[in-house]
Amino acid sequence: MSEKIYKPGSYPDLPPPPGTVGVYGWIRQNLFSSVSNSLLTIISIVLLYYLIDGIIGWFFLDAVFDAESKIACRKIDDGACWAVITRRVGQFVYGFYPEAERWRIDITFITMFLAFAPLLYPDIPKRKWLLYFSVFYPFFAFVLIMGGYFGLQKIEYSLFGGFMLTVILGVCGIVCSLPLGILLALGRQSNLTVVRTLSVCFIEFMRGVPLITLLFVASSMLNYFLPPGTNFSILVRVIIMFTFFSAAYIAEVIRGGIQAIPKGQYEAADALGMNYWQKTRFITLPQALKISIPGIVNTFIGLYKDTTLVVVIGLLDPLGIGRAALADTKWNGLSTETYLFVALFFFVSCFAMSRYSLWLENKLNTDKK
Amino acid sequence: MIKNKNKSSKPVIQIKEMHKWFGNFHVLKNISLGVNQGERIVICGPSGSGKSTLIRCINRLEVHQKGDIIVNNVELTGDLKNLEAIRSDVGMVFQSFNLFPHLTVLENCTLAPIWVKKLPKKEAEELAMELLTRVKIPEQALKYPGQLSGGQQQRVAIARSLCMQPKIMLFDEPTSALDPEMIKEVLDTMIELAQTGMTMLVVTHEMGFAKKVADSVIFMDEGEIIEQNDPKNFFNNPKNDRTKLFLSQILNH
Repeated sequence: MSEKIYKPGSYPDLPPPPGTVGVYGWIRQNLFSSVSNSLLTIISIVLLYYLIDGIIGWFFLDAVFDAESKIACRKIDDGACWAVITRRVGQFVYGFYPEAERWRIDITFITMFLAFAPLLYPDIPKRKWLLYFSVFYPFFAFVLIMGGYFGLQKIEYSLFGGFMLTVILGVCGIVCSLPLGILLALGRQSNLTVVRTLSVCFIEFMRGVPLITLLFVASSMLNYFLPPGTNFSILVRVIIMFTFFSAAYIAEVIRGGIQAIPKGQYEAADALGMNYWQKTRFITLPQALKISIPGIVNTFIGLYKDTTLVVVIGLLDPLGIGRAALADTKWNGLSTETYLFVALFFFVSCFAMSRYSLWLENKLNTDKK
Repeated sequence: MIKNKNKSSKPVIQIKEMHKWFGNFHVLKNISLGVNQGERIVICGPSGSGKSTLIRCINRLEVHQKGDIIVNNVELTGDLKNLEAIRSDVGMVFQSFNLFPHLTVLENCTLAPIWVKKLPKKEAEELAMELLTRVKIPEQALKYPGQLSGGQQQRVAIARSLCMQPKIMLFDEPTSALDPEMIKEVLDTMIELAQTGMTMLVVTHEMGFAKKVADSVIFMDEGEIIEQNDPKNFFNNPKNDRTKLFLSQILNH
C-alpha cells in the first residue's frame, strides 16, 4: 500500500487510524495495552466481582429489613440488620418532633427546593416569581417549624433532632455565612483602617479557635455578652457560631479569589469611571466568586459535616440519635448499620453539593471556545 | 499623512511642571504639555522612560505628587467627584485589552454607560452595536472575550471606551501585545477614529502610524520630554542626540 500523492496545499483531512478512538480505542489503550496490563485487568475484574458480590450480599441479599430486635434479625439471616433503622427511621429524620406535626417538617423541606431553585439555577423559567418566594421562605419556614402562630402548635427546640436538625443548622449556616464571608473579605481589603482591622481581628479569631470551643461558648457563655433580657434559644446561638466560624473561612477563600483578579481589570473599570460599589458588584465579585467556588463549597461541606459536633452540647443530631438507638438493649451492637446509614445521608448531601459546584463552574467558564 | 481639519486651539489637557515619584524613584520630571481639542499626539521612547505613566496620570490611574494636570477645565485632585467626571470624559485602551472576561462583548460595552452614565439599557445597547459596527465586529457581540482573537479583543476594548462617548482617548501601547497580522486591523480602527476628530494621546512604537496620523510626536527618556515636533521634522531631522539614537534603533531593522 503506498501513500497517495497530493498537490501541496490540497492534503485532505483523513480519519484517524482504526482502534485509536471510540469505546474500542479507549479499552484497547487503557485496559489491554500490553500483556501485563491485560493480566492486571483480568485479575482486577475477578477481585471486583468477589468484593461486590460480598457487599451486595451483606447489604441487600442477606440483610433483614424488619424485625423486633437484633436477636430476631440474626435468627432470620446473617447479613445487615437494617431493622434498627427502619424501626427508628422517624427519630433519625425528625428527632423527637411530635409525630402528629411532622407534616410541617415535610412541607418545609420540600418547599425549600422551590425556594433555592431560582438562586441555584438562574435560567429557571418564572425565576422572578420564584425569587419572591425565596425571600418569603425564611419566615414561612420559621413559622412552620417553630409553630406558635396561626394556630400551629408551638414546638420546643429541645425536641429537634436527627437529619432535620442537620439540615436546619447546615442550611442556615451556609445561607448566612456566604454574605457575611463576602463582607469580611471586602472589609479585609478595604482602605478604611477601622473596617480592615475589625475584619482581620474577626477572621483571625474565628479561624484560630476550635469550633467545639465556640459551641461551648454558645451553650454557656453567649448570654453574658448579650444585652440583659435577650434570651436566644440554644439553636439560634449554635447557628450564629456556625455562621461566624465558616464566614471566617469563606472570607479567606474569597480574598484569594479577589487577589487572583488581574490589576488591569480594576484599571479598566476605573478608566470607565466606575465607583467602588459598581466595581465590586460587576467586576470584582463575579470573578472572585467564580474562582472561589471550589473553596467555598469545600467550606460548606466542612460546615455541614461539622454540625455533628452539636452532640457535645446535648443536641441530638443523627449521630446522637444513632447513639441513643445503640444504647437500647434491643439493638445493642449494631453500630455498623447505624453509622453506615448516617454516613450515607451525609454522603448524599455532600456529593450533591460537590456536583452542583462542578456544574456551576462549567456553566460560568466563559473561556472555553 | 492624514491632514487634521479638526484641530483647534482650544486646550483640553494642560499639564504644568508635573512630577511623579514611585517611592524614591523620580519617574516623571517636570513635564509640561498642552493638548488642544482634536489634536493627535504620539508618545514614544525606550521602555522605562515614563511614557505609559504619563498618560496614566491623565486619568489618575497614577497619582502625581507635584504640579498641575487640568483636563477639560477640571483640575485633577483627590476629589472623587472631579475624578469621576474626568474619567467618564477620558477613554483608555490598554496594552493587555483588560476586557471583562465574565461578560459578553455587548455587556462589556454597555456596563459603564448603563451604570455610570445612567443610560437606559436599550439605548446603551443600540449605541454599543453602532460602535461595534464601526470597529467591524458586530457579529461577535454575544461572544465572550476569551473566544476572540487579540486584534478583535483590542477593537472591542476601543468600542467599549467609545461607548462612554469620551472627549479624549488615551492609548497605552495598544498593539504591543498583538501578533503582527493583527496590528494592522487595530491601527486601521485607530486611524478611522482619528478621522472623526477625536483628541488622541497614543503611546506606541508604530512609527508608521505616527507619520500618518500624528500632529505632534513626543520623545521621552528617563522621565523627561526630550523633544516634541511635528512628525515630518521629528523623523527627518531630530535635534537631540538621544532622539537620533532611538530613531536609528527602531527604524533600521
